[in-house]
Amino acid sequence: MSAITAEDAGRTGAAHAFLAVLRRDLYVTGRELPAFLAQVILQPLFLLFVFGKILTSLGYATNGYKDLLFPGIMALTVVITAVQAIAFPLVAEFGWTREIEDRLLAPMSTALVAIEKLIFAALRAIVAATIMVPVGILVLGSIPWRWQAFPLLVVVVILGSLVGASIGLVIGTYVQPSRINIVFSLVFTPLLFTGSSQYPWPTLSDLRWFQVITAFNPMTYVSEGLRAALVPSVPHIDGLICVGALIVALALLGPIGMIGFRRRAID
Amino acid sequence: MRVVNIVKRYPNMRINAVDDVSFEVRRGEVFGLLGPNGAGKTTTVGMLTTRVKPTEGKAVTGGVDVVADPVRARTRFAVVPQRSNLDRSLSIRQNLLFHAAYHGVHAKTRTERADALLEQFGLIDRATDKPDFFSGGQSQRIMIARALMHSPAVLFLDEPTTGLDPAARLFVWDRLRELADDGVTLLLTTHDMDEAAALTDRVGIMDHGKLLALDTPEALTRSLPGRRTLELAIAGSTARVDELIAALGELDGVERAEQVQGQARGGDMPGGAMAAGPPGAPMPQGEAGANGQELRIRLYVSGEAPPLVAPAATVLTAAGLELRDIKLGAPSLEDVFIELTGRTLR
Repeated sequence: MSAITAEDAGRTGAAHAFLAVLRRDLYVTGRELPAFLAQVILQPLFLLFVFGKILTSLGYATNGYKDLLFPGIMALTVVITAVQAIAFPLVAEFGWTREIEDRLLAPMSTALVAIEKLIFAALRAIVAATIMVPVGILVLGSIPWRWQAFPLLVVVVILGSLVGASIGLVIGTYVQPSRINIVFSLVFTPLLFTGSSQYPWPTLSDLRWFQVITAFNPMTYVSEGLRAALVPSVPHIDGLICVGALIVALALLGPIGMIGFRRRAID
Repeated sequence: MRVVNIVKRYPNMRINAVDDVSFEVRRGEVFGLLGPNGAGKTTTVGMLTTRVKPTEGKAVTGGVDVVADPVRARTRFAVVPQRSNLDRSLSIRQNLLFHAAYHGVHAKTRTERADALLEQFGLIDRATDKPDFFSGGQSQRIMIARALMHSPAVLFLDEPTTGLDPAARLFVWDRLRELADDGVTLLLTTHDMDEAAALTDRVGIMDHGKLLALDTPEALTRSLPGRRTLELAIAGSTARVDELIAALGELDGVERAEQVQGQARGGDMPGGAMAAGPPGAPMPQGEAGANGQELRIRLYVSGEAPPLVAPAATVLTAAGLELRDIKLGAPSLEDVFIELTGRTLR
């Protein structure tokens, strides 16, 4: 009986600790809200403006391009925001500020500390996705929207944010602090441009090698999934396939990131 | 707190970082782990605090097996690292408050406790400042205050006063003594001998991953053979210094006697009668002392020095001389350390 009570107490303790750490992250983000918003908005704003607005008004792209671009940029924002929300802080916290130590010594399992990081990063990415709606309307005048596909959109955004957070966890735990700058350029640029955010994946069939490469970028399935939800008339990968691919990516990257986190947290 | 035959082996390393170490620390005891850098102190503390996984052996902190139940163990202890790991995004007051929240301390209790600790540690006026604006000594104080927010039974401190100015150091020592008086078990790693001698009830000396000695600082220093001295300051003069030295050297328990450079009257070593180390260099015998001022003779003793004062005085009286002052020299922890490891710490 007493053993059960102790175990229960441990679980409540861990739940308390988990929520307190999450509250700390939300509190800090709340205080740095303008910086967070600027970080989230600026990149998609420029991408939408140049590719969606300028190129179409100059006649280099058709009007329809705006519609397939918007879901792509939303996908890019979700994934990149999630990666950034976890990778860079984690490198700093394990590397030089050591801020994470106080949380690693809180009464909860090490895995739970990593899960908190994932959830927090995913939350930031979901907020970023939401902000994309007014930004899109502002820059493009209108955005493609279908309420009947809203559930698919929500599922893809949530899965995409978790996959992005897992990529961030892998980068943040396997990369040496001194290498972080190199890794950011070597990982980020390919990630940005092979994620099918600026083009629909099925139309790459004439460029087979590039199509194969992009199929390995999980962001592709976020872009395509959002196109399936918002602009089904554009060629796209089926929504269910996208959801399945994202679940597979999460099942692969999540554990790799968790193992990396454990290796950094416990000697 | 207890470690039993604990071993930490890292892959591709020739020797174990910690090699079969066992010790036990009582509740409310102040325990010091002494050793040079790389001796295995930090790894040992890491294993006791769930951050390093032992390869073999058992570690118990605050009555909880840290390997079997790390989560529960973390409720029992707190760690004050050498380098600041304060949350830079939060004010120091929030650092304390969130730490307590992680540990499930009730909201009302944590507010009261944070304010009381900030007051006690002289930080209340700057409670809303971020950690970046504090000096090393202040950060140390903030981290100790933070550690106390969840009332740990065991407090680990990694070189708590390294790099602090003397005033800050004394402040930290006072707080640590208060904690020990309140029944908190303290384990501190240090390579500061003075700190170990001033604060700890017992000391473990580590090198190359092994625990070389473990005892009270007094017992450790007493264990050094032939390192105790009794220095006699003698008034009067004699032309036969050699004979006097020979007579003193034949006393029971005296290993050797020699004349040392006389110092100005009353010019004691800093630290008083128990000051450690040689007070003056030995000098050629039979030269000084005959000038009628002062003669100093040092006896190296094998046992305790004080019982030799009376026999020595008798020898002097027989020679028509008067014992004016005595000085007892005891070996320091530093001497013990050098004896054990063959090297100096700093």
